[in-house]
Amino acid sequence: MRWMWIDTIVTYEPDKRLVAIKNVSLAEEHLHEHFPATATLPAQPVMPASLMIEGMAQTAGILVGSLRRFKEKVVLAKIQRAEINADVIPGQCIRYDARIERIDPMGAGTSGTIQRMDHRTGQWEKIGETEIMFSHVDQNMSGLAFPEHNFVFSDSFRNVLRSSGLGHLMD
Amino acid sequence: MAISRAEIEEKVTDVLENALGADRDDIIATATLTEDLGAESIDFLDIQFQLEKKFSTPEKAFKIEQGELFPENMMSNPDFVKDGKFTDAGMAVLQERMPHVDVSVFASDRNVKGLAKIFTVKSLCDFIDIKLKK
Repeated sequence: MRWMWIDTIVTYEPDKRLVAIKNVSLAEEHLHEHFPATATLPAQPVMPASLMIEGMAQTAGILVGSLRRFKEKVVLAKIQRAEINADVIPGQCIRYDARIERIDPMGAGTSGTIQRMDHRTGQWEKIGETEIMFSHVDQNMSGLAFPEHNFVFSDSFRNVLRSSGLGHLMD
Repeated sequence: MAISRAEIEEKVTDVLENALGADRDDIIATATLTEDLGAESIDFLDIQFQLEKKFSTPEKAFKIEQGELFPENMMSNPDFVKDGKFTDAGMAVLQERMPHVDVSVFASDRNVKGLAKIFTVKSLCDFIDIKLKK
């Protein structure tokens, strides 16, 4: 089971853009450790920024993988830039908006914006930006060999695509 | 208007500082991308993408084709690389395709691992210079 950090895909523009949503819930155990109560402070559950970057990486990774119908193994190769300026708390939604900047047989460059939405206002607010590079591992310059099967786009990814009405992309 | 060598060097330095997190003082002409500036294999693609962005203008896109700047598409070709070493054909193609590098630096052992040594800050600037003049 792969730990998925997006719940659904809401927009897909082939070869260009993919937008995914993550609903942050207090039922997620990791929020209770980030940050627990101390002797002087109450618990402050906030979505870890590192996991938001992973959510964006999954969003952008699906977009890059979709370019060749998930036939290639696409892995996160480099986070060139990541900036997150505000917390996301349980009950809020995160929107990951990923775009292709450059694609090459060796890999791809993406840009992304991260937004949050509070249900009390219903307004989306930009809270961060990313620049993430992906590598097509079968074409890596170091000559390393990887397994034949596509271990990147596993059942977890298929399930998200199917439930978002995009299952045909992996057929 | 043609871009000067000094402008090319300034822009290449910007790219390497950004892509590798290298100190500007360390980005000198003879510095190798891997040993001196700490580049890893994925950084080469990052450098390529950033150079394209840096040298593109509203009038003309600056596009670097695969294998034009770095020889990544030669590695998996057994005619060019065998047992981790460049063949005669590989060396010939390398020199022909890449006038911006001095392949004689690793001509004695031809080991692909030595390839990294031929990519210096100067070789990147030469590549841009040659390509812009085409």
